Amino acid sequence: MIAIVDCGMGNHGSIQNMLLRIGVESIITTDIDVIKSAEKLILPGVGAFDKAMDNLHRIGIIPTLNEQVLEKKIPILGICLGMHLFSNNSEEGNTAGLGWIDAETVKFDFGSTNETFRIPHMGWNTIDVQQASSILDDIYDESRFYFVHSYHVRCQSSACVLATTEYGMKFHSAIIKDNIVGTQFHPEKSHKFGMKLLSNFLNS
Amino acid sequence: MLSTRVIPCLLLSGSGLVKTVRFKYPVYLGDPRNVVKIFNEKEVDELIILDINATVEDHPIKFDLIREIVSEAFMPVAYGGGIRSVDDARKIIHLGVEKIVLNTHAVENPDFVSEVADVLGNQSVVVSIDVKRTFGGKYKIYTHGGRKKTKYNPADFAKLIADKGAGELAINSIDRDGTMSGYDLDLVELVTNAVNIPVIACGGAGKILDFAEAKKAGASAVAAGSLFVFQGKHRAVLISYPDQDSLKKTFNDS
Repeated sequence: MIAIVDCGMGNHGSIQNMLLRIGVESIITTDIDVIKSAEKLILPGVGAFDKAMDNLHRIGIIPTLNEQVLEKKIPILGICLGMHLFSNNSEEGNTAGLGWIDAETVKFDFGSTNETFRIPHMGWNTIDVQQASSILDDIYDESRFYFVHSYHVRCQSSACVLATTEYGMKFHSAIIKDNIVGTQFHPEKSHKFGMKLLSNFLNS
Repeated sequence: MLSTRVIPCLLLSGSGLVKTVRFKYPVYLGDPRNVVKIFNEKEVDELIILDINATVEDHPIKFDLIREIVSEAFMPVAYGGGIRSVDDARKIIHLGVEKIVLNTHAVENPDFVSEVADVLGNQSVVVSIDVKRTFGGKYKIYTHGGRKKTKYNPADFAKLIADKGAGELAINSIDRDGTMSGYDLDLVELVTNAVNIPVIACGGAGKILDFAEAKKAGASAVAAGSLFVFQGKHRAVLISYPDQDSLKKTFNDS
């Protein structure tokens, strides 16, 4: 069973719809027992970093998530803000992240360029694959995905960078560490390539 | 590279989809579930669905219909029409909708935009403004589906609403709606110069080249109705959407 962890923010309905289309039942939950029995976890999220972390603290599921992900190595996919939560901290707030991947979440900073890059980075953009992984089976450079975000993660080690994307600068648009995968883009809203990525995650 | 979003804008009236001209004369297009399914198969960038009667007829939001429509939409969907409270907005997002579109209630109470953005995040809040040129040639914002004139001019209101936390602005020309005579580029430029958030140009698209013009005028995304639902001189209903290659060409050429 697939558990979509409800951090109180986000478009869980969209993810459940896409999983149904793939033919997989999922449950949107904050229940510790359900999370403990899940074969795979998805942590979605849209909104503010601190609010999401505060919600996870308040619900009291962080110890359970740590146990499942770090000790039992249950596969987890973080989407957008969900992926940001995997990092140590965010410029968006003061609350510490889950710290599963040595990375920080930072605001887009284009330095001094003449072009205007509006924030949020919103729309369809392509990825450059940085390392082979079964999660990217049949997904290639130039596959297009839907993005909407003002912050992005910056991994300390290139070993964790799965894909990069260009928007005024190159940023880490997908990250990986063992059983932990994160995407800045929204596979649940990215037509066939998104569906493929989610299937790959479910089949991994 | 980030591509320019090309967005079919669909108008819900009762339980069917319609297309208007200058916000009037609605023509029935078909069942929204079927139409959205076709757009999904064509892999459109995004969809905007607006219930054009919800506010003027003061009827409740059709949550069940929205749920059915988006269950087969694997692209971002924005819904607008009759959203009066943060709770309405939250409920719609939970159905699997990415963005909510505020219009009349954002103009009547700009703080409402902040309230919604605080809960859902800025990126989920689109403010749509309907603009008409007055007899004096000045742009004014209208609400209630183009029926009610307000005191606001588009640039000032765009600034205000961006400060209130709107993540995106849709700028719709009532004069061009359904005419397929091209976007009001002056209006697009006026608004895109006023704010730093993405702006969706809307109203008047009649051919793919119009998209490039809107982009040149500063739009981050372009929306169209008639162009994607009608075919030929007699406006026969036929759902279409340009393929990605021709869109790429259109935007790169400009």
